[in-house]
Amino acid sequence: MVPLQSPVVDDEARAARRATIRDALGLGVAVGLYGAAFGAAAVAAGLDAWQACALSLLMFTGASQFALVGVLGAGGGVLAAVGSAVLLGTRNTIYGVRLVPLLQPRGGVRRLGTAHLVIDESTALALAAPDRANARLAFTVGGGSIFLGWNATTLLGALGADALTGPWLAALDAVVPAAFLALLWPRLQRAWAEPAAQRRVALGGAVVALALTPFVPAGVQVIAAVAAVALAGGWRRR
Amino acid sequence: MSELWVAVLLGAAGCYLLKLAGLSVPSAWVEHPVVRRVVDFVPAALLAALVAVQAATSGPQLVVDGRLAGLAVAALALALRAPFVVVLLLAGATGAGVHLLA
Repeated sequence: MVPLQSPVVDDEARAARRATIRDALGLGVAVGLYGAAFGAAAVAAGLDAWQACALSLLMFTGASQFALVGVLGAGGGVLAAVGSAVLLGTRNTIYGVRLVPLLQPRGGVRRLGTAHLVIDESTALALAAPDRANARLAFTVGGGSIFLGWNATTLLGALGADALTGPWLAALDAVVPAAFLALLWPRLQRAWAEPAAQRRVALGGAVVALALTPFVPAGVQVIAAVAAVALAGGWRRR
Repeated sequence: MSELWVAVLLGAAGCYLLKLAGLSVPSAWVEHPVVRRVVDFVPAALLAALVAVQAATSGPQLVVDGRLAGLAVAALALALRAPFVVVLLLAGATGAGVHLLA
């Protein structure tokens, strides 16, 4: 009788698993470091360490978290802050739709837990995996390690921010816009679908926000920048 | 409950429900071409707006300070494919440097 798995296939499968786990853990460590910048930015924006940690634990989607504290820090109201966070969170809905066939989360509890880990990085890891088993592994190990690293470093950043004064505070002020730029950057590159349209929309969004800044309550200009999506074009084609 | 806690909890609930919706609703709802297109482009508009507001405004005023210098250095580092952590460190160092010189 032929064995179900030959030794060669078994070795390859094990190597693929190892590679998947290595990539997932590596991304977890790298992204986790971002958490320190988030924790510090949240405290500098006027939140306390509990609120910074609650965001990383409960919201757990970096761009939305940075947006929420950015708008609050600029003097924006609750609606503008929540609005920008939620608008940025809509992409996670699309990720979820793409992940369902790969992860097949069955049962209510499983689905509730899986949903919490649906972010840019865990989705990218799962979609890049060679097969469904590795996709699940990459999603769980990557999402889990990012969750742990992100929350631990948020706490460290939040506690450290209180000690920041003078040039250290100026450093943090410069880190926050750079963090947003780093989140935006990959969308403008050639590897992304329709980079020219993405650049148009980004430029439009920045111009709208700056133009409105003197005239609208803080934070509203960020939400209004969504109007720049109209610049994407191609609405009639499909 | 303070306004900040309301924002934290409301925002967290909203973002979680969006994640859960992706795993729960029929994919046809979300895969509608117009919905897809809006969702594909919303992050670029919002993130660019946040870059601009965080780097070049203070309250209702447009200002030029170390943050803009840090942003320029960050853009250069990103163009040279520096890792994200290096980008943040360089931007921070630039902001601190301008603060010390000014």
